[in-house]
Amino acid sequence: MSALALPPTSARRRRADRVARGLVALLTLVALVPLVLIVYYLLKQGLSSIGLDFWTTDPTGSFLGSPGGIKSAILGTIVMVGLATAVAVPVGVGVAIWLVELGRASRFAHAVRYFIDVMTGVPSIVFGLFVYITLVLAGVGGSSFAAWKGSVALGLLMLPIVTRSAEVVLLLVPDTLREAAYALGAPRWRVIARVVLPTALPGIVTGVLLAIARAAGETAPLLFTAAVVNDTTFNVNNRMNSLPALIFQNVGQAQDRLVQMAWGAALTLVAMVLVLTLLARMIQRRSRLS
Amino acid sequence: MSDPAPDAIRRDVPPAPPERTPVSPQPVVPKASERPSADRAAAVQAPARAVRLERLNAWYGDQHSVKDLSLTFAPNQATALIGPSGSGKSTVVRCINRMHEEIPGARSEGRVLLDDLDVYDQKIDVVAVRRAIGMVFQKPNPFPTMSIYGNVAAGLRLTARKASHEQVEGALRGAGLWDEVKDRLQRPGIGLSGGQQQRLCIARALAVDPDVILMDEPASALDPISTLKIEELVEELKRRVTIVIVTHNMQQAARIADATAFLLDGELVEFGATEKIFTNPDDSRTEEYVTGKFG
Repeated sequence: MSALALPPTSARRRRADRVARGLVALLTLVALVPLVLIVYYLLKQGLSSIGLDFWTTDPTGSFLGSPGGIKSAILGTIVMVGLATAVAVPVGVGVAIWLVELGRASRFAHAVRYFIDVMTGVPSIVFGLFVYITLVLAGVGGSSFAAWKGSVALGLLMLPIVTRSAEVVLLLVPDTLREAAYALGAPRWRVIARVVLPTALPGIVTGVLLAIARAAGETAPLLFTAAVVNDTTFNVNNRMNSLPALIFQNVGQAQDRLVQMAWGAALTLVAMVLVLTLLARMIQRRSRLS
Repeated sequence: MSDPAPDAIRRDVPPAPPERTPVSPQPVVPKASERPSADRAAAVQAPARAVRLERLNAWYGDQHSVKDLSLTFAPNQATALIGPSGSGKSTVVRCINRMHEEIPGARSEGRVLLDDLDVYDQKIDVVAVRRAIGMVFQKPNPFPTMSIYGNVAAGLRLTARKASHEQVEGALRGAGLWDEVKDRLQRPGIGLSGGQQQRLCIARALAVDPDVILMDEPASALDPISTLKIEELVEELKRRVTIVIVTHNMQQAARIADATAFLLDGELVEFGATEKIFTNPDDSRTEEYVTGKFG
């Protein structure tokens, strides 16, 4: 019997390992380049325009004079996205609960899942057009363009995102927990409210944040529904300004000050989404045990 | 499995079931009213109820997994269900507290009686049945979002009752866990070791003050020391509840059960005093199984 001899790693395999490591590192860098460039340009172009005045004055609409700030757009985005969230999140989470806890494998549940998948793939401009035709042209509510119609378009856009992500995390809640709760004699609604939802909460919050970030940056659904105006308003039956619509309008103008304003608005929008994400993470961390 | 040595078998005769007040037909009345509420610690003694199966049949879709089973689990005793995998042991216990029907496509026939009360009676709330018949699962499953205290209180809170500190402490003492966790009641329940988690789950089941506790292989995921603690606990718990325990471990059945039922392919092969099942079974299949010739 010969002595045990395990050969060293072959030179070929070591080479292959080095090449593979180098390759994935390179790909990571390639992916990072546009991200870094976006942030760099945003900061470079936008930092000079933002400031307290920029955030607290309405746009003037003046082409030659001072363009003013973006207050109406910030507030408009908050109002419209907030309204859309307030409707889309409860409905979306409700649909997900129904799919996971009650509908399960029924034919209707499969149909619902299919439609949600289709809705996820619908381009946002289609939601805008849909609302334009059904609510804006028809003058529903006695107005043509209105903030709440923009919210409807955004809500339609958010609904499938919220539902799909909530369904996935609800499915991840182990069945053993449901069993444990049922075996204690808990009625179904209590099992869902006290055991399933709290366990899935971090994941649901993440899905909601994704949906909010997506909706906050959408331009197309708002152009046809809420339009672009200068003045701040809180009447949701009026036209309302929004950051993406303002960026879209200003960036095409042959006036440097307006283009500059668009950069500032873009930076503000990114910062708002970032702050929201961080806030949610902090609240989540504080309230969760695990 | 080797032939269990005779001295590994419990020799003491199970106590005769104490006198019980008859059950009112509906709803299932918690016994809480019948006993002093402060007296829920480990030493608690209370008459429990018998569980009687009459021609119980259960299916998963087309698969007939429990066949015409008739069996009585005596009050304040531990009865073990043994048998190879797929013999229907777990299905039997899941039929007792009506958890079986939660599985899509599963159904059952026959009667399950808690004393004289048919738990499948149309008029009876399934929720009340599960409050009276608690369950402990194979894998410890404390609620991950809740503290140790919250897990025990969950049994009460999930069934729309207030949880008092006395009840939580009593349940934790009853599960032999109080001394280990009393200084960290607000820590997450999933931070405990596997054996402690399982005892936490037992405490959670005890907190709702059940008549019967069903244990579906409660120690199969645990180390030997934790297993021993669970077995000692079964001995304690018999004083206040009726215990039905599914186990793969024949020595465990021999150590803790007063009576043992051997199931094979969904049919009851033999049922009797544990000592008899393990030393002098009537059926040759029982003997082959308990001596480790198959299964």
